[in-house]
Amino acid sequence: MKRELMKFLLFAIPMLLLPLALQGGYMLNVMVFVGINTMLAVALNLLLGYAGQISLGHAGFFGLGAYISGALTTISGLNPWLAMPLAALVVGLLAFGIGFPILKLKGHYLAMATLGLGIIIYIAFNETVTLTGGPSGLSGIPNLSLGGFVFDSDLKNYYLIWFFTLLVVLFSLNLAGSRIGRALRAVHDSEVAARVVGVNARLLKVQIFTLSAVICSLAGSLYAHTMTFLAPASFGFHFSVELLTMVVIGGLGSVYGSFLGAALLTLLPEFLRAAHDYDIVIYGILLIVMVMFMPGGLVRGVPEIYRKLASRRGNAADA
Amino acid sequence: MLELQGVTQIFGGVTALEDVCFTASAGDITGVIGPNGAGKTTLFNIVTGIYSQTSGRVLFEGRDVSGLPPEKLATVGIVRTFQNIELFANMTVLENVMVGLHTRSRSGLLACSLRMPWAMREERQIRGEAVKWLEFAGIAELADVEAGNLPFGKGRLLEIARAMALQPRILLMDEPAAGLNSRETMGLAALIRQIRDMGVTVMLVEHDMELVMDICDRIVVLNLGRKLAEGTPRQIQDNPDVVAAYLGVDE
Repeated sequence: MKRELMKFLLFAIPMLLLPLALQGGYMLNVMVFVGINTMLAVALNLLLGYAGQISLGHAGFFGLGAYISGALTTISGLNPWLAMPLAALVVGLLAFGIGFPILKLKGHYLAMATLGLGIIIYIAFNETVTLTGGPSGLSGIPNLSLGGFVFDSDLKNYYLIWFFTLLVVLFSLNLAGSRIGRALRAVHDSEVAARVVGVNARLLKVQIFTLSAVICSLAGSLYAHTMTFLAPASFGFHFSVELLTMVVIGGLGSVYGSFLGAALLTLLPEFLRAAHDYDIVIYGILLIVMVMFMPGGLVRGVPEIYRKLASRRGNAADA
Repeated sequence: MLELQGVTQIFGGVTALEDVCFTASAGDITGVIGPNGAGKTTLFNIVTGIYSQTSGRVLFEGRDVSGLPPEKLATVGIVRTFQNIELFANMTVLENVMVGLHTRSRSGLLACSLRMPWAMREERQIRGEAVKWLEFAGIAELADVEAGNLPFGKGRLLEIARAMALQPRILLMDEPAAGLNSRETMGLAALIRQIRDMGVTVMLVEHDMELVMDICDRIVVLNLGRKLAEGTPRQIQDNPDVVAAYLGVDE
């Protein structure tokens, strides 16, 4: 338990100090996205990495959180701090209701069903023009503020987002290490055995699906209030796949892995921009190489490579 | 304790079980035997809620438990093990048993995520008790091994430890000796007796006749989906119908 806390501090403290090193500028803005994507990847990982249930529709929950928050604050003029939990509540109820029928499906069928769900939500963003502004987007979303303090700069947003990101990470770590986390992994390994020892697999899957969606909704609301502008394109199928890639590349069933995956996939395009039109190709090749040679994700693959190198060096020294 | 009343199971056009009635009495070790295809595993799957029967009833301590899902049966006190051992392969041996304590702990999702003091206290209790059941099964030294890396015999013991962690009223074991060598089988026999002596009723399906005759108090013989005979090991051994079913009719 002490070790867990140390690990968390080793993660949290550098993240809180990072803005000092970056000294404002564009990278700070990118790190805001890393924070949002970390929340989303951790949320998806709870479902995919721990409970073993796939979702190709998580961008939809992210978008719902963003648009509900956006619409409530622009159209109804609601306080953003009220809009956020309201959005989370709506998304949670929706996920809970849909979860029961949809999570009866397994494997490819579940992937198809969640894919469909994501697409339906995406279409709704485009078609409900009066609420979402449709394809041309929703603008003028207010920033969050505390008293007179408005979160309107990259630096302020960085701390706002990373406050919530660290909370989500801590929350998820605790959950993963608890009896609930164990039950999730049990369902993942053998659903029939889990049920036989009294784990209500069906309810548990729906609960974790709901929790996962609620975290996505929270991330969506935060996204809306920091970007102040939303367009449906951010919440389409592509983004669902990107989230899945983050989770897989970072490491299934590892909360810190999700951060690594989110960081890599958010930062990589920024660095590859120098390669102009070839960035997509490099990106693709990297993904293939990663999945082929580090099926356990960065979080397991990197230490393993390190160990192998160390032992090779040891052998070389012996020879 | 556990009473089957006219249990019938039809798969498509095939009758796997037909009007099977018998009772497993409290405190007994009841063996279910029969040639391949007799319907033993089907019977087990019905009692443990994996299948729901075409007709008939299963009563547990006088209560109709037919059609209850496995997770409900587990809370009532009916727990099973599998012929091909079903472990949580990517979890450690200790964690496997800790999952077995799931029904006997109640901290919710939020309490766990927020590390509430009562959830932390419960977690320590779960861990302590899980160690106790590993010791009971004699595999405490393997606590931190990933269950998927266990040799088959140890996996069997782990499955039993995990089932016992639920503190079942009745433990149903599907071919517990399958895949075990003779020394492991002897150890298993002693363990099953110990479980019975702790007041847990045991029902097992088994092909190892020596084991069945050795440890069972009562035996039910199934053949082609019907109950052929029922009695003490001695009565079963002397029953000409049973001998005929197993060896064919003597000229």
